[in-house]
Amino acid sequence: MSPTMGTEAGTAGPGSAAELLLQRLELAGGSAEGGLCSLEAAAALGLDHQTLVGAVKSLQALGEVIEAEQRTSKKWELTPEGEEVVREGSHEVRVFNSIPLEGLAQSELMKLPCGKVGFSKAMSNKWIRLDKSTEGGPHVFRAVESVQDGVREKLLQLQQGDPNSLEEKDKSELKKRKLLTEVTVKTYWIRKGSAFSTTVTKQETDLTPEMIASGSWRDLKFKAYNFEALGIMPESGHLHPLMKVRSQFRQIFLEMGFSEMPTNNFIESSFWNFDALFQPQQHPARDQHDTFFLKDPAEATQFPMDYLKRVKRVHSQGGYGSQGYKYDWKLEEARKNVLRTHTTAVSARMLYQLAQQEKFTPAKYFSIDRVFRNETLDATHLAEFHQIEGVVADYGLTLGDLMGVLKEFFTKLGITQLRFKPAYNPYTEPSMEVFSYHQGLRKWVEVGNSGVFRPEMLLPMGLPEGVSVIAWGLSLERPTMIKYGINNIRELVGHKVNLQMVYDSPICRLDA
Amino acid sequence: MPTVSVKRDLLFQALGRSYTDEEFDELCFEFGLELDEITSEKEIINKEQGDGKADGASEIILYKIDVPANRYDLLCLEGLVRGLQVFKERIKAPRYKRIMPPISEVQRLSIMEETTQVRPYAVAAVLRNVTLNKDRYESFIDLQEKLHQNICRKRSLVAIGTHDLDTVSGPFIYTAKPPSEIKFKPLNQDKEYSASEIMDLYRMDSHLKHYLHITENEPLYPVIYDSNGIVLSMPPIINGDHTKINLNTRNVFIECTATDLTKAKTVLDILVTMFSEYCQKPFTVEATEVTYPNGKSYIFPELAYRREKIKPDIMNKKIGINETPASLAKLLTRMCLKSHVIGNGNNIEVEIPPTRSDIIHACDIIEDAAIAYGYNNIQMTIPKTYTIANQFPLNKLTELLRQDLAAAGFTEALTFALCSQEDIASKLGTDISATKAVHIANPKTAEFQVARTTLLPGLLKTIAANRKMPLPLKLFEISDVVVKDSAKDVGARNHRHLCAVYLNKTPGFEVIHGLLDRVMQLLDVPPSKDNGYYIKATEDSAFFPGRCAEIFAKGHSIGNLGVLHPDVITKFELSMPCSALEITIEPFL
Repeated sequence: MSPTMGTEAGTAGPGSAAELLLQRLELAGGSAEGGLCSLEAAAALGLDHQTLVGAVKSLQALGEVIEAEQRTSKKWELTPEGEEVVREGSHEVRVFNSIPLEGLAQSELMKLPCGKVGFSKAMSNKWIRLDKSTEGGPHVFRAVESVQDGVREKLLQLQQGDPNSLEEKDKSELKKRKLLTEVTVKTYWIRKGSAFSTTVTKQETDLTPEMIASGSWRDLKFKAYNFEALGIMPESGHLHPLMKVRSQFRQIFLEMGFSEMPTNNFIESSFWNFDALFQPQQHPARDQHDTFFLKDPAEATQFPMDYLKRVKRVHSQGGYGSQGYKYDWKLEEARKNVLRTHTTAVSARMLYQLAQQEKFTPAKYFSIDRVFRNETLDATHLAEFHQIEGVVADYGLTLGDLMGVLKEFFTKLGITQLRFKPAYNPYTEPSMEVFSYHQGLRKWVEVGNSGVFRPEMLLPMGLPEGVSVIAWGLSLERPTMIKYGINNIRELVGHKVNLQMVYDSPICRLDA
Repeated sequence: MPTVSVKRDLLFQALGRSYTDEEFDELCFEFGLELDEITSEKEIINKEQGDGKADGASEIILYKIDVPANRYDLLCLEGLVRGLQVFKERIKAPRYKRIMPPISEVQRLSIMEETTQVRPYAVAAVLRNVTLNKDRYESFIDLQEKLHQNICRKRSLVAIGTHDLDTVSGPFIYTAKPPSEIKFKPLNQDKEYSASEIMDLYRMDSHLKHYLHITENEPLYPVIYDSNGIVLSMPPIINGDHTKINLNTRNVFIECTATDLTKAKTVLDILVTMFSEYCQKPFTVEATEVTYPNGKSYIFPELAYRREKIKPDIMNKKIGINETPASLAKLLTRMCLKSHVIGNGNNIEVEIPPTRSDIIHACDIIEDAAIAYGYNNIQMTIPKTYTIANQFPLNKLTELLRQDLAAAGFTEALTFALCSQEDIASKLGTDISATKAVHIANPKTAEFQVARTTLLPGLLKTIAANRKMPLPLKLFEISDVVVKDSAKDVGARNHRHLCAVYLNKTPGFEVIHGLLDRVMQLLDVPPSKDNGYYIKATEDSAFFPGRCAEIFAKGHSIGNLGVLHPDVITKFELSMPCSALEITIEPFL
């Protein structure tokens, strides 16, 4: 807004339209309706109606000085042709006057600007007659002595502001002759406002340093703010919604005493990604259709060989109380590098490390990072997504402990109604899918997967017999899409993101 | 997870009662199944092929039930019903018996040496005096298909052939021959084809084409003959038409050929345990003798019952319940694991039937007890595990920097770690061989050819997808790139990068330069050539000549900044000048 706006013409000052209007309103105060019509006031003050409307609007902006109610009314106005009639007389009168006593050739008459219309009107008024037998073509002669210009009189009457004096029949006749037209006029009905005053003080737009310095602000009036309008957004950077949700999950794990695993290794060997988790080499997840294998570097080169031998044995022959899978376990398969399909590969590395300690110490781990699946893509599936994972390793953990930890975890997400369904995962047993009741969908929806890591996974690592490891996982994208109401995952993750959505997304409070 | 489709009314009839959809859904949930969909053949056709195509299709209600991937015994109506009825204690689990016929009547299958290279294992069994009807027959075929898709790994590990035994005469021979020497009438065909012709015949077959690759390029194809040279099957592709089963078939010969003997035995056990229900003597299976090339003979099916001992207190402790040994034994019995208490209550003896190949460890038995107890009846507890939480230092630094980069007016992007070769090479004016990128062997599209070696392409693509947004655009990302590194066990490692771009009508080098100064300020690194940071002019194909500098911090090169080359801008479908910064943050840990 320009700071000089308040001083613009028409708003205030002695003799301005606004002041004149206020004075007139003061006088009219006692009249029946207690107000003025803007149209009448303009006529009375000798102002153009538009100027008066401008004054009304600027007075309205001052607050309660006046009240103005918009009204629409119809008004008769002369067309340019009608105004010509008022100036020069009606066509028929002009025709009559142009005919000399000795008559005029019809062809000559028709050449006059008013000839055609005037001739037919004058004929129907029987003011003139046509003689076709005259020598040199038809001639027109006056038929009466004198005529009266009723059309012009009626138009004049109307122009002088007395539309009611004309009968409807006349008005429509004149309208038909395109001398008169009916227009819609927007007018205001103006009344005194609660803060009515006949003088208008100039209003300041805003406080200035000078006003503060001089103290003049004490005597000045300030223009009202429009609190209906929105402010101007601050220029700022924004965090990505998925990363905001990620930060919250991180926070939750830290609150629960879980340490963060180093998941900064997207490339993993099949050994850590599958074999270490007791996932057999013919398992469908190890198919080309599900997993990204690497061409370069195609194979991993180093493994903890003692451990690898134990893994090989438990797969092919069993042991540790297990029947094993009884198949020919191949090192070539374990060597194959993949883009990790789950962060559980990192959990396996961590648990192996944990097992290498002199004396076992309990551990709680978490991670939230990218995993990769060579899957068919759709509105909710991408080739890469973020997996959230929690792991607890301690002596004597029970299935009830797993459920209890899950309950606490999900409570922090604002999810309190949980139930557990038996499920199958290759590396956990028992396994349970976590369902929560969705109020909107009115049904139970799966929110995570969990279980107790199999002894065939833990014991070859060297973890003590009595140690149980409970774990659970979920995706980061799904709760984020629900939280931010996003239906297409591409609008959230990847370069096709809608930046406006990023700019507009609120802070993330998962339990709110 | 395999999905089994069963007729609802048939299911309820077999269960001896009906359920509302909700009740049945609840039962499934409790048992570890999922009632995935309630539909009908008509509805399925309408959905797949459009309305109107389903005229005349059946409107019988179908339940589609998701079954856990290791429960092959639940992959057909017969198995589902048996499992649920035992679970609800309405019946006792049947005991499966292998019957040895008189020696002279035993069906024999000999495996020839030739199969060794292509498909070395085979097992077989006979179902005697079976009564089939349309539903049973369809269920039998469906189960084979389900097994083929799952445990048989699309027939690569195991292929099943089922035959009308009365149309052939043993002993049978399982051998392998050159494709030109195999000739027979394949199932549902009207003439004979050679093996090579059969491959061509099914090349376009929507179902069979997926299996051709298993043997197609082998010099010898596996084939099973009867004593008269009639072809029973050419595994794993197709059976012969001659031995086709129909509703009147009384005696069924089942053979499974395999590359994995364990799985072949499991598959055979599942097939015979499920369908021996319809034998004259239910749940009995006639043994066959299979002779391997080394001359050793084996009797199949194995139908082995295994006994395990498990301590009740271990079960209680692992689950977190406190049940008596007798009650635990009862829970297991409800899961088809017939159990009883032994040794004064110190042990439970569990019998694992041939249907439960998924039970390979005590933990599997414990899970079944927990399921029978009801997961949702277990008291939730909080473990007393006391630990001190630590953040991963690299992530901690990343989290802190992200906040302050946003505070500096830059917006966070989240781009893919996988991209095309062009994105990280030709579009940046460099050759792919000059990058240390890791390459993916089996990408389905060009979008997943390599793992990114730089974050810049992702940010530029993000801008290209948001060209309508008001200028300037200021984006950043802190995330991992991947490069080959022979020092690592897998030959590659991640690097945590910070990348920022500024796009406007003017290049804005000073904006990006200012951001570098701010980042260094945040990292408490002063501008200094000695132990701080400085930038030095350099040339890089991604940047406009004379408008690129290398960034050094603490004596190491950590990245570049500069005004992007117009070719780069154009190749990423942008039209405005753009400056960028990319550094590794790992030296600042």
